[in-house]
Amino acid sequence: MSQGTYTIHGVNGPVVTVVGGRGLALMDMVNVGEQGLTGEVVRVDGDATTVQVYEDTAGLMPGQPVTSQGAPMSIELGPGLLHNIFDGIARPLQVIQDQAGPFITRGLDLPTLDHSRRWQVTLAVKAGDALEPGRLYASCPETELITHRCLTPPGLSGTVTWAAEDGAYTVEDVLVKLTDEAGQTHELKLAQRWPIRTPRPMKARLPIDRPLVTGQRVIDTLFPIGKGGAAAIPGPFGAGKTITQHQLAKWSDADIIVYLGCGERGNEMTEALEEFSELLDPKSQKPLMERTTLIANTSNMPVAAREASVYTGMTIAEYYRDQGYHVALMADSTSRWAEALREISGRLEEMPAEEGFPAYLASRLAEFYERAGYVETLEGKEGSVTVIGAVSPQGGDFSEPVTQNTKRYVRTFWGLDRSLAYARHFPSINWLTSYSEYTDDLRPWYEEHVGRAFITCRQRVAALLQEESKLMEIVKLIGADILPEDQKLTIETAKLIRVGFLQQNAYHDVDTYVPLDKQLKMMELILRLHDGAKALVARSIPLSQLKATGIFDELAKMKYEVPNDHQEKFAEYEQAVDAALAQVDQANR
Amino acid sequence: MRLEYIGLSELSGSLIALEGVHGVGYDEMAEITLENGERRSGRVILVDGDRVVLQVFEGAKGISLENARTRFIGKPMDLALSREMLGRVFDGTGRPIDGLGELLPELRRNINGSAINPVSRQYPRSCILTGISSIDGCSTLVRGQKLPIFSGSGMKHNELAAQIVRQAKVAGEDGEFAIVFAAMGVKNDTADFFRRNFEEAGALQRVVMYLNLASDPIIERILTPRCALTAAEYLAFDLGYHVLVIMTDMTSYCEALREFSSSKGEIPSRKGFPAYLYSDLASLYERAGMIRGRKGSVTQMPILTMPNDDITHPIPDLTGYITEGQIVLDREMEQKGIYPPVAILPSLSRLMKDGVGKGLTREDHSDLSNQLFASYSKVQEARSLASVIGEDELSEVDKQYLKFGAALEKYFITQDPGEERTIEQTLDMGWQLLSLLPRGELDRVSARLLDAYYHEGAWEKLGTEAAAQDGQEG
Repeated sequence: MSQGTYTIHGVNGPVVTVVGGRGLALMDMVNVGEQGLTGEVVRVDGDATTVQVYEDTAGLMPGQPVTSQGAPMSIELGPGLLHNIFDGIARPLQVIQDQAGPFITRGLDLPTLDHSRRWQVTLAVKAGDALEPGRLYASCPETELITHRCLTPPGLSGTVTWAAEDGAYTVEDVLVKLTDEAGQTHELKLAQRWPIRTPRPMKARLPIDRPLVTGQRVIDTLFPIGKGGAAAIPGPFGAGKTITQHQLAKWSDADIIVYLGCGERGNEMTEALEEFSELLDPKSQKPLMERTTLIANTSNMPVAAREASVYTGMTIAEYYRDQGYHVALMADSTSRWAEALREISGRLEEMPAEEGFPAYLASRLAEFYERAGYVETLEGKEGSVTVIGAVSPQGGDFSEPVTQNTKRYVRTFWGLDRSLAYARHFPSINWLTSYSEYTDDLRPWYEEHVGRAFITCRQRVAALLQEESKLMEIVKLIGADILPEDQKLTIETAKLIRVGFLQQNAYHDVDTYVPLDKQLKMMELILRLHDGAKALVARSIPLSQLKATGIFDELAKMKYEVPNDHQEKFAEYEQAVDAALAQVDQANR
Repeated sequence: MRLEYIGLSELSGSLIALEGVHGVGYDEMAEITLENGERRSGRVILVDGDRVVLQVFEGAKGISLENARTRFIGKPMDLALSREMLGRVFDGTGRPIDGLGELLPELRRNINGSAINPVSRQYPRSCILTGISSIDGCSTLVRGQKLPIFSGSGMKHNELAAQIVRQAKVAGEDGEFAIVFAAMGVKNDTADFFRRNFEEAGALQRVVMYLNLASDPIIERILTPRCALTAAEYLAFDLGYHVLVIMTDMTSYCEALREFSSSKGEIPSRKGFPAYLYSDLASLYERAGMIRGRKGSVTQMPILTMPNDDITHPIPDLTGYITEGQIVLDREMEQKGIYPPVAILPSLSRLMKDGVGKGLTREDHSDLSNQLFASYSKVQEARSLASVIGEDELSEVDKQYLKFGAALEKYFITQDPGEERTIEQTLDMGWQLLSLLPRGELDRVSARLLDAYYHEGAWEKLGTEAAAQDGQEG
């Protein structure tokens, strides 16, 4: 069973059967045909081995050679991942363009990282030091925001026999030599490899107790997600999944963003690339790309690579988590990944389960979402991977298998709603079908960092919205005029919450990102008006008098008028609310 | 010298299988010659050792296990390309059918194309004005976009597409435009209708037509859009034309794909369509766009008829997930006699946000369109309430919404097929209509824009203008 004796036997789309020996292991990476197309072993059956190929298979013919790389599908990890864009199997798209022009061609075997670039490395060990998995041996500034920390890979320990001087090195240069207990010598460089389908180890999982602050009101206030948590955004087309994902990628307070465009539109990835390069991070005032890795496997790129792309993204996210960073992984869209599974499963002639999806759909989704978490790293630091997966249910029907199975493994669910999108209510997160199981876990953090009032306000806001939905059932039947005044007030306040608070304009300079203390102030003002109005209404003063003062319309627009760094303007609104209430009060004395 | 294989081992539908074949690659083309001299083309869809399965484009009718000789040509299907394509008519596989003889190719290219590298794409920002208020105002088309028309059988999608072709203009026009028209499984009348329209618009010399009519083989139908898009990419990215590709009817295309898939014995997924329908459609739609450093652009306007007017049917559903928005036509509006019957609410243009606004169209464009959407969605609520409790019982505001809705449909959406409105006319009319509503209801527009554009009572002018126009016409 020597290398290179394998040959192609048959070709059916991306699925290639290989004969010539029994030496190929499941999940081994192989090079197929004369151009050496990248593929992965997915089934071994006696002498016949089945390989899924990540590139277009046109022209492959029986008899052409197949060579094994002798290791599972793995990618290169090291400095240079950030501020970069890759395809589904971590090939740099910029380099592909430089080599092949604007159209992606086949058989390009390109390293993930730039092997000629030199990094300014500081060594953290010297000869004689003991190294164990997770121990820092070198670091270098990767971008202006992020210091890349090279940690001893899992499963490797020993004594340093030689360490390089501080200086400029490429990812190929040897930085440290160490001898393990068995007396074998290993070399450590800036870059290391990791198999994408294997979760990277950690010391322990820690409880999730702090939120990923996104600056999006409906998320932070009503349906928050914890750092290290998992969320799903399902929605029909046009409901704003991608815009929501972009907003989260831009504004959430993670250290590192891995944005995964899985089977989606090419123009959207171009937009993300352009926009993230221009936009500045609110904290550091540096371009967002400085902390971002983009993975683009657009819908017309090979389907097998689409299947691999989610693992590529996850592995990069875990790699930075291990360095002690908080990472957010946006996957848009996990349905395209599930469809890739279905497509390949069909080609493998596996028995289909629900709607043609393979029976292992649920376990694959579980494996993926379980790689999220807030952890103590091998080094002993804290880091997290938060996963936010968009789901594109067929026909917008949430009862389909991908949405249903995803729901079982995520604890935050932002259900997007077609009718809200039609009314241009964005983000179109439906406040009645969405939920977050993290609210209780995060309560202490909110109380400590934003204020005790936050939780009470949130509950009151949520209750008013619930109340409104019940009242709307009645209004739909008999009209709003018949309702008693206090119920009219509930509807009016709920409308103010919907328009003035939940709706958020992603394209408005001020409104696109809102800090938590401003979110609290806005809620407090709305509830202040509500409480004052309730007292008036209790005295049988018609609500229309208060509406006539225009205060509801004024509050609905405060989101555009109060800059994030000039919140003292809220005092004016407070006065306006009090004045309006007093005016109506006076008129009825 | 290539081998010729005599005889076949299996025949099924449009598929034929050969055994004992060597040196044949996946996706390779083959020529099949029958005893009577008739020639057909086929493509390799499966290789399994020395067994090869071919799909025959013209169908396997008349082929027996013994009367066919097969010759493999050693490369995937490619299309002859040349500037001379403009003004010509081809069948679904790119063979000329206008009697003007073969095309002299400048080069040949694989019809499957390659994915555009996202790094090389130019994000589309220049909007195409169609002169149609409902599209320009609310779902603006952008150069390099893929914007399908979701229609139903018997609705006026062809008229609308033809009007768009006649009127489409880009502000600050540069470069030449061309039209690639792909007909898939449509009736001869439809193809003729488009040809007449291109002629009337004086554009026939800029049109390349690929016709696979309803009676033509379905295997060729699967190739039709690929040929058309290969031609479009060549015109756009090699020759620098701004190309508008009209593909009709995508539903027939998908059904051909289903027929073919089931003949191959593949495991069906939703409604019998193959599991790869999404990837397959994406391989067509994603061929729209612009490339950095190249002059031209490919804009796609696929037309599809929603089976049973159902937008959740797999074809419109998967299309909507790939394309950058959609223009939805509404049967109820069509029946009310409204042309174009564009349903404002479900229609959407994803690229509009970056294609309109100050310096591109007008500063108020995007806020105004948001407000029209939001207000029109309230019209729907008011209408459903009115149908329960009666119009008289509605609140004053709800009544105003009803009036606004009726006026929007009558003046803004309704438009003569020959009428071309400037973007200023469209936007001004939008503001006039909004003046039917109290200012406090307009929560999507900033106070500054309201001060500048919202004039109480402005709609009365609209009414009198329209009346005057009616008078003139009468």
